[in-house]
Amino acid sequence: MNNYFYTLPRLSFRFIPIWQRHFLVWKKVAATSILGHLADPIIYLLGLGYGLGSLLPEMEGTSYLLFLAGGTVCYSTMNSASFEALYSGFARMHEQRTWDAILNTPVTLDDVVLAEILWAASKSLMAGMAVLVVIWLLGLAHTWLSLWAIPLALLVGLCFASIGLIMTALAPSYDFFMYYFTLVITPMMLLCGVFFPVAQLPSALQAMSAILPLSHAVDIARPLLNGTLPSHALLHIAVLMAYTLSGFYVSLVLFRRRLST
Amino acid sequence: MNTVISAQNLRKSYAGQAVVNGVNIAINKGECFGLLGPNGAGKTTTLRLLLGLTAPDSGEVGLLGRTVPHHAREARLRVGVVPQMDNLDPDFSVAENLLVYGRYFGMKDPEIKARIPALLEFANLTHKKDAKIPTLSGGMKRRLTLARALVNDPEIIFLDEPTTGLDPQARHLIWQRLREVTQQGKTLLLTTHYMDEAERLCHRLAIMDLGMLIAQDSPRALIAQHIEPQVVEVFGEGAGKWALEHAAHYAQRFEVSGETAFCYVADAGPLLEHLGERKELRYLHRPANLEDVFLKLTGREMRE
Repeated sequence: MNNYFYTLPRLSFRFIPIWQRHFLVWKKVAATSILGHLADPIIYLLGLGYGLGSLLPEMEGTSYLLFLAGGTVCYSTMNSASFEALYSGFARMHEQRTWDAILNTPVTLDDVVLAEILWAASKSLMAGMAVLVVIWLLGLAHTWLSLWAIPLALLVGLCFASIGLIMTALAPSYDFFMYYFTLVITPMMLLCGVFFPVAQLPSALQAMSAILPLSHAVDIARPLLNGTLPSHALLHIAVLMAYTLSGFYVSLVLFRRRLST
Repeated sequence: MNTVISAQNLRKSYAGQAVVNGVNIAINKGECFGLLGPNGAGKTTTLRLLLGLTAPDSGEVGLLGRTVPHHAREARLRVGVVPQMDNLDPDFSVAENLLVYGRYFGMKDPEIKARIPALLEFANLTHKKDAKIPTLSGGMKRRLTLARALVNDPEIIFLDEPTTGLDPQARHLIWQRLREVTQQGKTLLLTTHYMDEAERLCHRLAIMDLGMLIAQDSPRALIAQHIEPQVVEVFGEGAGKWALEHAAHYAQRFEVSGETAFCYVADAGPLLEHLGERKELRYLHRPANLEDVFLKLTGREMRE
């Protein structure tokens, strides 16, 4: 009967009350959460942007601060979905046994995992909007095109939530997540053009960068903040969606396997 | 009678080890059915199979007229579950836990909110409705978990060791509530390893061991069928030696466990007379109970 593990997700609207549950928990700590979302980009933009930026000439035709802003939108949304999917997701699945409680109702694991992804992406959406607010307040971007960064934040959130849940499904304990952050998230941040153009990297690393999802997010975000339409936008979106869908499927298979005993 | 839970030849193994090994079960509407067994007997896995949370390797499950696990979602709309381990939402208050849980059944907020006062009263938690979960005692958490299982007004309630870890007062209150639920016509399926719990609550029960149901009947019939009606427990120094020399003469059956000899008899008269002359031995004369049946069928050795 293990074929069941590999069947495609059967989706239903029953993910909605689970999303509502996560939202209700979040509402109780909303103020601190929003402050955190705002503080993170402010620290990066002010610290690196002004500090390092004052030493640097223009980068790809803009100020370093604006260059960094495009990276920060993506980096911040990636981080917030990853933390939610790994640490909070693991708490709900393993420590608090919230999933067990939910699975005793007419809700299935497919709904639960979908709700986790959508919730983590919702956190990314909030993080992305917080970065945008900071960017606007600092007067960095003056273009309506920057509003497109909002749906982008959602997509980046979906992507990293789905990938992150694979780790959650495999994790024996919280300590396991250190590997993911050290070996995946940090290299992603350094290789994908968040802080400096990918062109500065040796060609082998550039090739690697090209297959990482964050690069594709940055390649969309940076031109948008700069007031130009991104080239190959559809390709970038397709890559992010491919990561999202395969992450969802793989994590679901792993969760089915893990929770079947 | 109307069968609401059924299983035919249910099998499930993990890593080559048969955990559920050919279970047949038929539970009628309004019944309180107990699944009794030592740790690791396969009780929890059986519940998971019946609920459609795990797919069986083979066998058929019917729950409220639906085929499980294929139509488990529809069946679980009318089922409540009290799990072995508390999994209340620690971030929410008592009342919020009920509200959020009701939503998983597709209930609308006003509908759930209208049910909450009665559920809180049932759980004796009206005064705690805004309390956070970590501030509740073990008994309160169990009562809330029971109330939560009733939020959708289910026809069947599954309870996995509902009173494990509770003090006697808390257990009695849970038992009283479970009887009330049974009186309302709901069907209960509970697992336990407390014999008194099974004997008090269950109309019928099955003793499970090594993944199989080895006996199934009403508590009284199980005792009548499997064991002599009276038990004399003989203990004290020399009880073991005494048993080896004399017990067979007075008792149909006897077992020595540590310092105690358990003598199973139809008529205790001659044995008691004999024991009256042996001042160095102490004894306890009592009617046979479910625990005697359980130990006879599953053995006295530890299962770990």
